[in-house]
Amino acid sequence: MTYLLNVQNLEKSFGTNKVVDDLSFQISAGECLGVIGPNGAGKTTTLRMCLGLTTPDAGSITFFDTLSMPDEAMAIKARLGVVSQMDTLDPDFTAEENLMVYGRYFGMKDRDIKARIAPLLEFGALTSKAKAKPGELSGGMMLDEPTTGLDPQARHLMWERLQMLMQEGKSILLTTHFMDEAERLCDRLLVIDHGKKIAEGKPRDLIAQHLEPDVVELYGQGALALADEDSPLRQHAARVEISGETVFFYTAQAQPLLMALQSWPHVRSLHRPANLEDLFLKLTGRQIRENA
Amino acid sequence: MRKQHVSSSVWAPPQLSMRWWPVFLRNMLVWRKLALPSLVGNIAEPLMWLVAFGYGLGALVGEVSTGGQQVSYILFLASGSICMSAMNAASFEALYSAFSRMHMQKTWDGIMNAPVRLDDVVMAEMLWAAYKALFTVTAILGVMLVLGISHSWKLLLAWPVLWLVGVTFSCIALIFNAMAKGYDFFTYYFTLFLTPMMFLSGIYFPRTQLPDWLQRVTDFLPLTAAVELVRPMFLDQWPSNVAGNLSLLVGVSGVAFWVALALTRKRFRA
Repeated sequence: MTYLLNVQNLEKSFGTNKVVDDLSFQISAGECLGVIGPNGAGKTTTLRMCLGLTTPDAGSITFFDTLSMPDEAMAIKARLGVVSQMDTLDPDFTAEENLMVYGRYFGMKDRDIKARIAPLLEFGALTSKAKAKPGELSGGMMLDEPTTGLDPQARHLMWERLQMLMQEGKSILLTTHFMDEAERLCDRLLVIDHGKKIAEGKPRDLIAQHLEPDVVELYGQGALALADEDSPLRQHAARVEISGETVFFYTAQAQPLLMALQSWPHVRSLHRPANLEDLFLKLTGRQIRENA
Repeated sequence: MRKQHVSSSVWAPPQLSMRWWPVFLRNMLVWRKLALPSLVGNIAEPLMWLVAFGYGLGALVGEVSTGGQQVSYILFLASGSICMSAMNAASFEALYSAFSRMHMQKTWDGIMNAPVRLDDVVMAEMLWAAYKALFTVTAILGVMLVLGISHSWKLLLAWPVLWLVGVTFSCIALIFNAMAKGYDFFTYYFTLFLTPMMFLSGIYFPRTQLPDWLQRVTDFLPLTAAVELVRPMFLDQWPSNVAGNLSLLVGVSGVAFWVALALTRKRFRA
């Protein structure tokens, strides 16, 4: 198998609104691809098309090199696990019953499901929200913001389990708003906005490619004035951004900037390496998006 | 290489497999946990109507003429209201409960992440609502037998007919389920469609009381067909227009299911 999933020139419009615009990407066997982008960027629509829940206007979606969506949706979904943004587990059922009921949807026999319930519950450490059903599947997983609303303990457990599954050779497509999660789990990232791919690559490579390595954040009294054109600090920064009351100096050399800063003892500063969140904000802007 | 997709029409024929069965089982498993209170609700209300109207009003009304025969009002009412119970049980399940699963709890979305088609989910909901109707009707029939309202062995044949009534009203209700934005929408269906039908289908009084033109109209109501089939069996007689009434119920079910499926597909495609 070359690609678990191969998406080519995908397009989808709702009315006159083009939500996915000529999008192509691939996931190799055992790879974790993260899809990140602001609300309304087209992440969920892309995922829904990959699951056959929405028909694309144009383009092709091929799973396991041979099966095409939506024509062979049932054969594909038999090898796919899905964790969605919204918890679709049955609130009326215990974890055990949920596993039984979901197993039946896959056409498994009750006896076979029963044999797997105990190991699966152990695998999921019984966390009712971290829907740990992917273990029963061979193939891939689609995770749509799976850790939204989880506490840190549950998130860490989820990450650990996902890493275990990847080591077993499962491929993962993950959408998330948590950049630490994307950086930790994903081999490769796809940044999309307005339905288009705007960047693709390994997390560290993308940061190196688009950003200066260091960031100095300034806030507190007088911080905003230091962002002015004639500010003596400007010469030490490659790029300056203002967001609210905070000024971000992006630089390849933080030391001269920090030295110069000592003349403004009231200004508070934070020096840190550039991260994925900086990249995301640089590529997609800082303004808040209307909820999609 | 550029591939253009033409979405298959929402009016394409149903694409069904046996995967409706695990979905049906899922509903059954939830319901088993709530069966006792729902059983009380399902049979207590129709029985109260029966007792209050049958014995109370029956004492004033005396006997009613139906099919050229004088029968006690309670027998007349019981044989009609059992059809209404099938209608109501199926309608409530295919509207409020199905809408909860489809829209509020997103249960359908979860199911369709697994290899189960929307068509199978809609089929499962339809058959489940019909099953609920059958269950309710069975419980009420049991009480009616105990009360000695009718002992005709023909009631055994009324039983599958009442299941079909459940199917018919599930299919119709699923059309409104597919169009609903919220629970409030169902009030229209109940108030403007089911309630008038209840009064026009010869459940509380014979349709001969209606003006002639209205009788002709009510000939085509599915609930009328149900009553025309079921009531004679309570009286230990054979229904007269079996083929006509059965084909009305089957025809309405078929068309309604098709429309419901098309509208549901449209809803999920957006």
